[in-house]
Amino acid sequence: MNDQKTLESPTIDRAQFGLAAVLAVVGIYTIVDARGLNVGFGDPIGPRVFPYIIGTAMIVLAVLLAIATARGDVPQAEEGEDVDLTTPPDWLTVGKLVAILVLNLLFVNVVGWAITGALLFAGCAWALGSRTLFRDLVVGVVLSVASWYFFYSGLGVPLDPGILDGIL
Amino acid sequence: MDTLNLLLDGFASAFTLQNLMYASIGVLLGTFVGVLPGIGPAMALALLLPVTYGLDVTQALIMFAGIYYGGMYGGSTTSILLNTPGESASVMTAIEGNKMAKKGRAAQALATAAIGSFIAGTIGTLLVAFFTPTLATWAVEIGAPSYFAIMLLSMVLVSSVLGASKLRGFIALAMGLTIGLVGLDLSTAQARLTGGYLGLADGVDIVVVAVGVFAIGEALWTAAHLRRKPIDVIPVGRPFMGREDWRRSWGPWLRGTALGFPFGALPAGGAETPTFLSYITERKLAARRGGADEFGEGAIEGVAGPEAANNASAAGMFVPLLALGLPVTATASILLAAMTKYGVVPGPTLMTDQPDLIWTLLASLLIGNALLLVINLPLAPLWAKLLQIPRPQLYAGILFFACLGAYSVGRNSFDLLLLLLFGGLGFAIRRFGIPVLPLILGVILGPLMELKMREALDLSNGEVSGLFNEPLAIFVYVLIVLAIVVPVLIARFRPSAVPDPHNVEVS
Repeated sequence: MNDQKTLESPTIDRAQFGLAAVLAVVGIYTIVDARGLNVGFGDPIGPRVFPYIIGTAMIVLAVLLAIATARGDVPQAEEGEDVDLTTPPDWLTVGKLVAILVLNLLFVNVVGWAITGALLFAGCAWALGSRTLFRDLVVGVVLSVASWYFFYSGLGVPLDPGILDGIL
Repeated sequence: MDTLNLLLDGFASAFTLQNLMYASIGVLLGTFVGVLPGIGPAMALALLLPVTYGLDVTQALIMFAGIYYGGMYGGSTTSILLNTPGESASVMTAIEGNKMAKKGRAAQALATAAIGSFIAGTIGTLLVAFFTPTLATWAVEIGAPSYFAIMLLSMVLVSSVLGASKLRGFIALAMGLTIGLVGLDLSTAQARLTGGYLGLADGVDIVVVAVGVFAIGEALWTAAHLRRKPIDVIPVGRPFMGREDWRRSWGPWLRGTALGFPFGALPAGGAETPTFLSYITERKLAARRGGADEFGEGAIEGVAGPEAANNASAAGMFVPLLALGLPVTATASILLAAMTKYGVVPGPTLMTDQPDLIWTLLASLLIGNALLLVINLPLAPLWAKLLQIPRPQLYAGILFFACLGAYSVGRNSFDLLLLLLFGGLGFAIRRFGIPVLPLILGVILGPLMELKMREALDLSNGEVSGLFNEPLAIFVYVLIVLAIVVPVLIARFRPSAVPDPHNVEVS
């Protein structure tokens, strides 16, 4: 029956093997990590048992996923209002967005949220296909400066002003 | 009437000019964010959590209540005016709602959704107020073994009942439980899964997980598959209903409420089942009256029923949340996480420890619900305009606010790195069709579950029997076994007419 199944549906989602492998590694790491914990004297359970259970479950699930994948099980990717699953994934856009997010987290404590936030907004809009760069920058500056003041005076949470310290 | 007095006390503390203002801001913000495509109520709450940081508990709860109902209403607006629902609970509303809108009856569809939501939400919240105290006095008696069993039941149901694939449900749960492990062990203060990094010692903030998985994950996923052609948004005037619409709506509202509330209160969570059942019921009833022709072409009953069921189940979810401290939906998990920020301890003692808080919350829910109707009916045309925001700016805005939210939690860039990693996880689970809810539940319930397990086993000195020594616990374990075995047996003995590709991994 197994062979028949694979013959009927030759589309095997190979990426799912990758997911199964990652899950298995996470499960193994959880168990290895828990082995390093000390169980106190007179503590019948200790901090190890729960991670052992979860790690084992994760490995079992990874194996089941690998088996299901080999039998031709394919995932139902999530749909949404703006999602068009008929086109192949656009990795370039995703890469640009991730790069912008990384730049933001690297520089936010150096130059401050008021600047990186504005660049974040304009950059993401650009990556997603907007061609009104100047307008996006203006909107970004308004958003980031307004949110900085909202947190500072409205909520009493001072975000890092960065190089604009004293100006804001 | 003890309950009534307590509820009135709750109103007394909620009903000040300042608090009403917070409720209004919450409703406006919640609707604003909820209307935006791609954002459901859970994501709206997670994104807007930072806004409440400077407030005291009562004001924060009042604002949450407003955001919560606002986000729900915003979601139904989106699904009526665009034909692509953002969340599973609005699928049924979208079927008839969008057909109505296309026939020029968008105003009536929005009105019956709003008024139905109001009625269902009000009845639902009142039911919560009357049920919860009784359940809570009983819940305090629940011992650690039974509490552990109930959490397990909730996890098994959420992972296996909802969604198309049980295997993926449990994978999501295991991911969430693993994330919940990160940090110092609660009783021995040893670091687990931190990789020796001190920044992880306090564990991962649930806000960072939720915003990462919901908002960043959604934005990246959409970016990879962005629909390049513009979607039609149906313009709408001020919502209103004629006499005939009222006549046809009130029955579905009440039936929807009756279906939605019990499903929301069960640990299976979610509004998918009751909205579906409500739709089917209304369709059958219409057929009996000889009016079935209109179903599929914009029958108002098909909007009124599911919307009421959706909101009633959203109210029902407060029963396990407040009586047992047990969240059963993603939204409830985030509400609970928000409450823990104010020193509220989740668990069966929630209601007895913080009665004032809970009654204020219930009163705020009723207020928020009423404000929703007053504020949002006139504003509907404005909300409809929001749907026309160009997509690049919309998703840039979501990413902006997600980063702002995560950054404001601890004001360090490490949280932003975590946010990005969870965004990657959010992308992956969308790609592989893994449900979000079990993951979020695992993160928030995992630590609590371990605590109860160790409490129970400490008492029995490590004997496994310590988990079974209460009658209630045994009863719940029987339920868990039934929940797993029965669907498998049904599938085996009654070959389904439609071949289900997801049965492959079960057999």
